[in-house]
Amino acid sequence: MLDPRPVSHEALAHARGLAAGYGGPPVLTGVSFDVAPGARIAVLGPNGGGKTTLFRVLLGELQPTAGTVGVRARCATVPQTERTRLDFPVSALDVALMGTIPRLAWWRRPGRAERRDALEALGLVGLREQADTSFGELSGGQRQRVLVARALVQDTRLLLLDEPFSGMDSQSAERLMRLVDRLVADGRAVLVATHDLDQARAWDLVLCLNRRQIAFGPPDSTLTRPVLEATYGAAIVPLPDGGRGELAIVPPHHHDHDEEAR
Amino acid sequence: MSAVWHALVHPWSQGIMQRALVESLLLSLSGAALGCWVVFYEASYSAESLPHAMFPGLVVAALTGLPLVLGGALGLLVAAVAVALVGRVPAIGRDTGVAVVVTALFGLGVLLALSPSSPPGVQGLLFGDILAITPGDLALAAGLAAAVTIALRLLHTRLLAVGFDRLSARSVGARPLVADLAVLVLLAVAVLIGVQALGNLLVVAVVVAPPAAARLHCRRMVPLMATAVGLAALAGLGGLYASYYLKTAAGASIAGVMVLTYLASLAVQAVRPAVTHERRTLPA
Ligand SMILES: Nc1ncnc2c1ncn2[C@@H]1O[C@H](COP(=O)(O)OP(=O)(O)O)[C@@H](O)[C@H]1O
Ligand SMILES: [Mg+2]
Repeated sequence: MLDPRPVSHEALAHARGLAAGYGGPPVLTGVSFDVAPGARIAVLGPNGGGKTTLFRVLLGELQPTAGTVGVRARCATVPQTERTRLDFPVSALDVALMGTIPRLAWWRRPGRAERRDALEALGLVGLREQADTSFGELSGGQRQRVLVARALVQDTRLLLLDEPFSGMDSQSAERLMRLVDRLVADGRAVLVATHDLDQARAWDLVLCLNRRQIAFGPPDSTLTRPVLEATYGAAIVPLPDGGRGELAIVPPHHHDHDEEAR
Repeated sequence: MSAVWHALVHPWSQGIMQRALVESLLLSLSGAALGCWVVFYEASYSAESLPHAMFPGLVVAALTGLPLVLGGALGLLVAAVAVALVGRVPAIGRDTGVAVVVTALFGLGVLLALSPSSPPGVQGLLFGDILAITPGDLALAAGLAAAVTIALRLLHTRLLAVGFDRLSARSVGARPLVADLAVLVLLAVAVLIGVQALGNLLVVAVVVAPPAAARLHCRRMVPLMATAVGLAALAGLGGLYASYYLKTAAGASIAGVMVLTYLASLAVQAVRPAVTHERRTLPA
């Protein structure tokens, strides 16, 4: 079921009939999309829907089991934080500096120019003052922002943010959205994984995943009731009227925005 | 005053003790600095296994008159191949495979070492003999310590990225496999340096105890490594004094003081108001 659509020659990344898995049956199938420069794409889906899996394919960590994937730009990522260790002896600046590794010859260590870039990136995420704070002492939202800074330092045209808003308060989330706007204004493309429907509505394009691609397009025309039901299973409830007939979702594992105290 | 001074200085008037001191400083430099990575790479089990696995090689070297470093290196090579082969047997599995090979090799080494036909001194391999260090041994230890230090400096940022989060390390261009191998190879080198002086059973102390102690007090990698090296050097000094005045075995005294340093650190940390280890939930 390869998608015959041609790939725009300026797309930073694309997938056609992509499937991926971990040895067993594929956990994600039928994914086709283009990432144009300047695109802001939300990857929407429930827990286990395949968002992280898609990112791992784009990063080259996982080979597709079917279909094709092409990534024509260097790619930086902000991983889901649950796995970083909090007792590791590094400062926020140390972590941001890790983003300079790709540009350093293997025998070189980060120097003055790299420190300047790392500090600047910390400034962009509003953590200039916390540069010398231990990573493990920062709050969940601050840790996320340090990882965003590490990705910014890599200065790539493609940025993959894996559920960056979980653990962030609304102020940090707004700041991150403004930062994303600045990045795409430079012609970079940003993909964000989220299970939050309201978040997804704020992006230019939405890719709905639930073990397969459900839909891809602008949120207004894409996030219809059938699409949402297929994306989340049947757990969709209409909001008490008064809104514009909007829908709310009850995810299978209820998720709070506040995962600060994980 | 002058009596104290005399007591402090007197041990170092002998060449044997001077060489033992330099050797223990070199071991502190390579072992404890590397040990900081071993601790955070959760490779303490490997640190424990490596010297055991190389033991038969050391014994054979001692019996045949080969340099110990060569015997140890060959022993490690044999062990690595054996682990790789046993690990391929599906019914055994990797961890068990390592345990089986290491235990078998260590047992073999002990049998060789304790057989009545073995010359005396082979038993010394278990506990080392830091008072028998020759200037040639020192030169070798200095070379290997320099190699470990340079490698750690060159690899620092990448080791840091992998230790911080090995799953996302690839996305910043640091390869976990390379980092793991680097730590293991350097560990093998550090163990090769240390085994002659501290012996098979005690060499792990210098790799694991000072970093474990320093970790309780440091929040950054470079200060952590410096503190671990400092503690190891002090423990080496203390161990040699103890051995000189209390007539205890030198290698065992050094290892013992290393472990005491760790226990003392634990005690200091227990009485001090808790440092920033517990998690705080600040607004982001
Ligand atoms: N390393 C892995 N090995 C095996 N299965 C995995 C692995 N990672 C994820 N999966 C499975 O793949 C599916 C999609 O997971 P994931 O991509 O992490 O979803 P999401 O990021 O949308 O929550 C899930 O069913 C999950 O159990
Ligand atoms: Mg995920």
